[in-house]
Amino acid sequence: MKKGNSNELEQSAFFRWLWRQLTSMRIALILLLLLAIASIPGSIFPQRTQNPIRVQSFLTENPGVGKFLDRLGFFDVYGSAWFSAIYLLLFISLVGCVLPRALVHLKESFAAPTLVPRYLNKMSHYQKISDTNLTLLEKNLRRKRYRIRIEPAALSAEKGYLRETGNLIFHLSLVVILVAIAMGALYGNKGDVILNTGDKFVNVPTSYDNLSFGRFQNENSLPSFKLTINEFRAKYDPANNQPLDYLLKANLDQNGSSNSVEIKVNQPLTIGSTKIYLQANGYAPIVLVKDKAGKEIFNGAVNFLPQDANLTSIGAIKIPDMNPQIGFVSSFLPTADRDPVRGGFSSYPEVLDPRLLISVWQGDLGMNTGVPQSVYRINTSQMQQIGLKALSVNESYDFGVGTITFTGWKPWVNLQIVNDPGKSLALIGAILATIGLLMSLFIRQRRIWVKKIEGGIEIAGLSKNEIPGLAEEISELINQSNLSSANLSKNRKLRRQ
Amino acid sequence: MSDRQAATYSNYLIYSSMIVFTLAFFLYAFSVAWQKKSESRTSNFANGQMVLGFVLLTAGVVLRGVSAHRVPWGNMYEFSITGAMAFCGAFLFANFKYKLNWLGLPVSIAILLTLGTAITLLYRPSAPLVPALRSTWLVIHVSAAIISGGVFLLANTIAATYLILDKYERTSGRPDWAKRIPALETLDLLCYRLVAFVFPLWTFAVIAGAIWAEAAWGRYWGWDPKETWAFITWVAYAAYLHARLTVGWKGRKAAWLCLLAGSTFLFNYVYVNVWGSGKHTYSGL
Ligand code: HEM
Repeated sequence: MKKGNSNELEQSAFFRWLWRQLTSMRIALILLLLLAIASIPGSIFPQRTQNPIRVQSFLTENPGVGKFLDRLGFFDVYGSAWFSAIYLLLFISLVGCVLPRALVHLKESFAAPTLVPRYLNKMSHYQKISDTNLTLLEKNLRRKRYRIRIEPAALSAEKGYLRETGNLIFHLSLVVILVAIAMGALYGNKGDVILNTGDKFVNVPTSYDNLSFGRFQNENSLPSFKLTINEFRAKYDPANNQPLDYLLKANLDQNGSSNSVEIKVNQPLTIGSTKIYLQANGYAPIVLVKDKAGKEIFNGAVNFLPQDANLTSIGAIKIPDMNPQIGFVSSFLPTADRDPVRGGFSSYPEVLDPRLLISVWQGDLGMNTGVPQSVYRINTSQMQQIGLKALSVNESYDFGVGTITFTGWKPWVNLQIVNDPGKSLALIGAILATIGLLMSLFIRQRRIWVKKIEGGIEIAGLSKNEIPGLAEEISELINQSNLSSANLSKNRKLRRQ
Repeated sequence: MSDRQAATYSNYLIYSSMIVFTLAFFLYAFSVAWQKKSESRTSNFANGQMVLGFVLLTAGVVLRGVSAHRVPWGNMYEFSITGAMAFCGAFLFANFKYKLNWLGLPVSIAILLTLGTAITLLYRPSAPLVPALRSTWLVIHVSAAIISGGVFLLANTIAATYLILDKYERTSGRPDWAKRIPALETLDLLCYRLVAFVFPLWTFAVIAGAIWAEAAWGRYWGWDPKETWAFITWVAYAAYLHARLTVGWKGRKAAWLCLLAGSTFLFNYVYVNVWGSGKHTYSGL
């Protein structure tokens, strides 16, 4: 019985000790430094959340070390257990540290300043003055909007309470930002889609090429709207081929109304809490494929993948409906050029002199094997090459069992569709944090004490965080209060000794 | 004035400012080595050269912007010359306010090194920005970041001076040339005041960057290497402020922490811009 009690006591003492440690400034400092160090690996190793392909190739190149690092979470640092542990501990420490301070501060805000210390000569900015006009001093302090506590033959004055308020706002708004980030992760979604001009996009999961939901989101949480792509324009600088401007014009159908909208690189389209961003662009050559009898087998645009800044693009035109199947391994050059080493390439990103280079393969495209295939590549291991050609616009090529005609091209755009409901809260938190920080670093909190002694008064002050300016303020106060400062220098000397 | 002319004049102005900074460097070195008073004629003259250098450099930076029809921070070369300008401005301001002639020597060396690297290794002909960089938030974000960087570097210079003098004082005492540099406590406090002054600005720079990233890339934070290191710098300076304010670190330990935080900023600038990958390498859309 007795034993159990003391165990409990020990336990609660232990937890109290642990809590005191956790909320101590030393631990807060260590956790802050740890957080900085723990962020580093994420900038060195490729991260799954940003570039899964590079993570995969790192793992194949360094199988041993890679597996080890993977188990420790080095390829998803910011979602790893140890990173989360550090910031969660830091935030627990923060709340544990700041909430009690907030309560104290609240009380202090309505209370009179602290008592005058017993021995002023131990405090900084200490001076002795041979005059005794306390009333005038008090009046001047009030005029400077000091808060004052009157004691018998002494007074205590304080100013700058908002500094602590700012400090508390700053720390608590960091918690707000953390909550906002969590909201985005739990209630948000993010997806990608590639669209050609003329395409209609209906906001349902099947329309996306790629879509991920937050933990508490599902198919039904997508807002309903429809987007029709009308036109995409890219402008380039002829001097250095760099992009100058991108503009996407579209029609937005929502709640029965239809509006024409524009999307630019830094100007996403906003639909409620959903935003649509223009992320990438490329070309889709249009081809017409006929069989030997002249029957149309395929007619349409095929999206190609850009390989360089001049939009030299590669792609695969797959015709599974011919027997045996046909595949065209192709490149599209918006402005064709030749180089003895590289072969055909594009020398300008706009379409000025387009070519479609095709290599025709016959055999099994392997589309029914169940293995997912890239839409930009063809696995030619079960095929044989039966032709090779560079086509200009409206030029046809007869590859023996049919013809292909390069009839034109369309641009495609990659749209990123993001819903992050925590975003505005994060912004509010960030603004509050900045305001709080400014308040806490630039408002000067200081105290001044005055005490009557034999033949005069003593005066001393304290400035939080050693912010300079209090000495000047006290001298000014003395001057304004018509106190003689004749013996001031003598006193200073006295203090030094 | 055509764009090309503006770009050429910008280069001339930057070369001239380097000549002036070199002169200032020699004057500071002379006054530190041979003169007893801090406010000597030589150091006043050197300060005048610093002001002239700052004016020339500013004109060079502005003309660079004029030639490209945008703010002059689209690539590493432009970041460097603008950064050197901010650093010089931070020094002139701090010198005006706190009388820091002795700092002129390390500051002029640092400016010359930055400009030298810029014109030899980083130079790019003037050209407009890729679309993702064209935003008001870029102007706000980068100007806040560059000013913060200038003050961080100044704080680092002071922290380094602190550590060197501290070493002397603990062994053989200050050598003659260092006698006029203020007391260690003054340096310590100055370093803290500078960091406390720019920390909110750096916070704001990071937030402005996040707002811009949200508009350009669809997320306000993505742990891109550049963002990660900006975060590390922020946390490191927060740790410095905590160490000074609440744990009561002063002097040597605080100076080391300040140097560490400042190096994360430099590291971000050099490593991530030159070797890093990610969206901040400005490859465009
Ligand atoms: C997310 C991590 C944190 C960051 C970024 C941070 C940042 C800062 C900054 C920049 C200051 C200086 C502002 C000022 O002078 O008032 C500060 C002050 C302060 N911090 Fe933190 N902090 C963090 C966590 C914590 C934690 C965990 C605690 C408590 C254990 C804490 C307690 C304090 C206190 C008491 C001050 C005021 C010091 C004073 O003015 O006397 N902070 N913090």
